[in-house]
Amino acid sequence: MSEHVRREHGLRLLHDMLRIRRFEEKCAEMYSAGRIRGFLHLYIGEEAVAVGAMQALTEDDAIVATYREHGHALARGIPADCLMAEMYGKQPGCSRGRGGSMHVFDAGTHFYGGNAIVGGGLPIAVGLALADKMQKRPRVTACFFGDGAVAEGAFHESLNLAALWKLPVLFLCENNLYAMGTRIERAQSQVDIAAKARSYLMPAETVDGMDVLAVDAAAKRAADAVRRGEGPVFLEFRTYRFRAHSMFDAELYRDKSEVESWKARDPITTFTACLRQDGVITDQVLAAIEASVSDEIDLAVQFAEAAGWEPTEDLLKDVYTPWP
Amino acid sequence: MAMTTYREAVRAALREALLKDPRVFLMGEDVGKYGGSYAVSKGLLAEFGPERIRDTPLSESTFVGAGIGAALGGMRPIVEIMTVNFSLLALDQIVNNAATIRHMSGGQFSVPLVIRMATGAGRQLAAQHAHSLEGWYAHIPGIRILAPATLEDARGMLPTALTNPDPVLIFEHQTLYNVEGPLADDAGAVDIDHAAVRRPGKDVSLITYGGTLGKTLDAATTLAAEGIDAEVIDLRTLRPLDMPTVIASVKKTHRVVVVDEGWKSGSLSAEIMARIAEEAFYDLDAPMARVCSAEVPIPYPKHLEDAALPQPAAIAAAARQATGSRTS
Repeated sequence: MSEHVRREHGLRLLHDMLRIRRFEEKCAEMYSAGRIRGFLHLYIGEEAVAVGAMQALTEDDAIVATYREHGHALARGIPADCLMAEMYGKQPGCSRGRGGSMHVFDAGTHFYGGNAIVGGGLPIAVGLALADKMQKRPRVTACFFGDGAVAEGAFHESLNLAALWKLPVLFLCENNLYAMGTRIERAQSQVDIAAKARSYLMPAETVDGMDVLAVDAAAKRAADAVRRGEGPVFLEFRTYRFRAHSMFDAELYRDKSEVESWKARDPITTFTACLRQDGVITDQVLAAIEASVSDEIDLAVQFAEAAGWEPTEDLLKDVYTPWP
Repeated sequence: MAMTTYREAVRAALREALLKDPRVFLMGEDVGKYGGSYAVSKGLLAEFGPERIRDTPLSESTFVGAGIGAALGGMRPIVEIMTVNFSLLALDQIVNNAATIRHMSGGQFSVPLVIRMATGAGRQLAAQHAHSLEGWYAHIPGIRILAPATLEDARGMLPTALTNPDPVLIFEHQTLYNVEGPLADDAGAVDIDHAAVRRPGKDVSLITYGGTLGKTLDAATTLAAEGIDAEVIDLRTLRPLDMPTVIASVKKTHRVVVVDEGWKSGSLSAEIMARIAEEAFYDLDAPMARVCSAEVPIPYPKHLEDAALPQPAAIAAAARQATGSRTS
């Protein structure tokens, strides 16, 4: 990688992480203002995982994500304005406002949700990969899920089937240590998640999820292996959610000191420092990135505010597909 | 017109679908080497190979979810679940994903998935292999529920279901697989929108579907000998319900008995009666009645299983009661 390419790539990673961070900070603000309702699960702290992992995917690849998927959606290229409109539940939202924060779908970028049943997305990813294999499409399905999903039966069934049938799934576990308020040690007898994946005879690696370059490199290695037809690969990213589980969470289950110690490893500040040290970024460049992100998010909010609602007469639309 | 069984009719439908459309494949527990737990898919593995006749692990949630994913990915999967009780292990995928993705995605993604499963009692399989839970599924918007009760429907509902862009669940009553009868050589796709009048009559409407159609027709024969002319409606499609056909019958006979192997409480039979009450209350000449399974997990011994299920004698008795106010 030439110095120029490396520099541009680094700036892009930083931009994409900052974009998610600022977008979600704005979401929290709009939630407090009553513009966004329902559940809102923020990804703040985990941005390096979505941004780094997404670098390994091509336009044709498929993504299955969780209910904490704003970061994945933005990193995948779903425009901020239709994502914000979806947060509001407005008609031009990427799911026509029917899904909201937890159910972002986008056919154009092969983004198959936004699944709010923990572990529920894994079987779908297995099926997408099965369809690709049967149709000889050289596509990777990237399936994001958290440590909570690892305790679900669907996790084990899906890893088994994907490994058994050698399906092109990239399993991406975001281990942020807590399934809502239950710390992993309180829920799982074996906390080495990659070891569980290896027990299904699939290659698995544990990666520092706070280091965007480490995520990027590991995801590329893994996606390449999947693309070669070697079957599924599993990556466990050790990461941490800085904010509450949802906007209703009083965070009684963890110490502030623990949160602070993880914040010292903030993927954005540490990567910024790294770029600064390498001379890639100056205060001026950083300010320019911040300004462009801020403008984009302001426009997204304006777009969502101005957007219309689905007419109530269309309530029953899209329950069934028009047929015959 | 050749003699065929219900099992062979379903198999013929599967074969035709596999021959016609390379996107179609069958997946489920023991559908391949074993030939299907009810021998429906016997011979298909040899003919179509393991890519298209896929034996799965005992992972209902994941192979149903994989069917959803494969449908999203452009295939036309047919997923077989051994029996309705096992489908509860896949309830999350059916209710939370198959039924919702079209809507939650704002119409961007449809899920053209067919799920087949055996339902019902009558073979002394006890309480974990014998329930009739299709009424539960009929509660759910976003999916279509079929109950083929005849050879024609066993042969013809599957091809039509495969043309449907949304998830379709087909419930095959396990006592029907061995039923034998004549089937037209050119039997093929049938509509999956309408109920059928299986026996026209003028005195009472007996409304049923699936495994109790035969018992209801038997009851109608008994009643005919007594001078009661019963009309037998086969619902065929449990969601969406074809109420116009039901209401037309009610307006003709003014008397209703609903026959359903599901339990009464919170049930499909209750739904049908409620809709008749909403849409045709003043056409009724007598209180509606129903014959359902006793409110008990289906017991193993034959005499108790028989006692738990709707039987022709009870259906005929309910019809007599409903028509009792008439002097003829």
